[in-house]
Amino acid sequence: MTSAKKDKVIIIVAGLIIGVIATLLVVAGNPKNMGFCIACFIRDTAGGLGLHRAAPVQYIRPEIIGIVIGAFVCALAKKEFSPRGGSAPMTRFTLAFCAMIGCLMFLGCPFRMVLRMAGGDLNALVGFVGFIAGILVGVVFLKKGFSLKRTYKMNTSEGVILPVVEVVLFALLLAAPAFIFFSEEGAGPGAMHANVWLSLFAGLIVGALAQRTRLCMVGGIRDVVLFKESRLLLGFAAIFASALIVNLILGFVNFGFTEQPVAYNDGLWNFLGLFLVGFACCLLGGCPLRQLVMSGEGNVDSAVVVLGLLLGAAFCHNFGLASSGEGPTPAGKIAVIAAIVVVALIGLVNSRKKEA
Amino acid sequence: MIDARGLSCPQPVIMVADALKSGEAEYTVMVDAVTPKENVTRYAESHGYSVSVAEADGEFTLTLKK
Repeated sequence: MTSAKKDKVIIIVAGLIIGVIATLLVVAGNPKNMGFCIACFIRDTAGGLGLHRAAPVQYIRPEIIGIVIGAFVCALAKKEFSPRGGSAPMTRFTLAFCAMIGCLMFLGCPFRMVLRMAGGDLNALVGFVGFIAGILVGVVFLKKGFSLKRTYKMNTSEGVILPVVEVVLFALLLAAPAFIFFSEEGAGPGAMHANVWLSLFAGLIVGALAQRTRLCMVGGIRDVVLFKESRLLLGFAAIFASALIVNLILGFVNFGFTEQPVAYNDGLWNFLGLFLVGFACCLLGGCPLRQLVMSGEGNVDSAVVVLGLLLGAAFCHNFGLASSGEGPTPAGKIAVIAAIVVVALIGLVNSRKKEA
Repeated sequence: MIDARGLSCPQPVIMVADALKSGEAEYTVMVDAVTPKENVTRYAESHGYSVSVAEADGEFTLTLKK
């Protein structure tokens, strides 16, 4: 087998495992079609820390902690831990903030989009079309020479800070002091979660697999368009396939637009929400999952992206921008349009025909 | 000589893809992370080049030969 073929087999196997884990997390207590959702879980974590006070979505999600630590440990073991940063941190922060506005319009990151589709939620299919459209626009900017300039080597301590913060978050989750918020039973998605250790373990496995395979939902579409390279897309497809099969076995599949868990059926805003995510993440060079993994590899720019997602989520709930199962909010619609304009401006001012 | 050090994917691959259009028999590419090293190698190999890698001090020098 050639190395290219072997790489493809590896990412397919990893994707199949991740799809199974994601679905089993729902059995273990996570919200439906939300075994994993990087955006939702960062949003819940923002709520757990009291950065927003939306009572239904407050919980420090161990899956996020696990992904960062899993990637960190794997990168260390493979000698791929490499602290670097300094590539337009403020621009990346802003793009991440905008991406979170899009995620919370749609109610999910690209990872959850795949899981929603695997649960039969056709609204996610509409979102997927928007996601592809956003990436295509991003690719146009990449072809025009869009660049956030190079990174530089950093001290080890710089790259270790975010993983250490994740460990502290886990300690806070276990200790549950009074200043940490937890959604009360029945209050909403934040109250629905698997056992803490199980969630952490699932995160560690997914973080490690994603680190080894460079799995990325945005990269999947982008590489096919740019380079006719299907490897990352296969990982994406494998997650969908195995999650669909496990959902079918468990009787979790409900094809349709209505009665979908933590979702609404306004096609335009599902489309535009993920259009924004695809566009912003294409310029960032990776989906929220990939950003978490890279932050574990010592990439400080990705750590800044994680902070942008966290603060973006807090603002979305404080300003009433986040959708709910009832549908999008008027303020959320304005924010999505404004964010698309911001991302386009960032794309324009950072695109220049390549310097030699 | 293509210097893609410090750049993250997909930029190094875009640079290599643009360069390969000139159709020369040999290129040298510098990157400083594992992911671009893998991605550039994969791209070059799928376009008929053999790739040899030299590592020094966390930086990789890739030699692409037709």
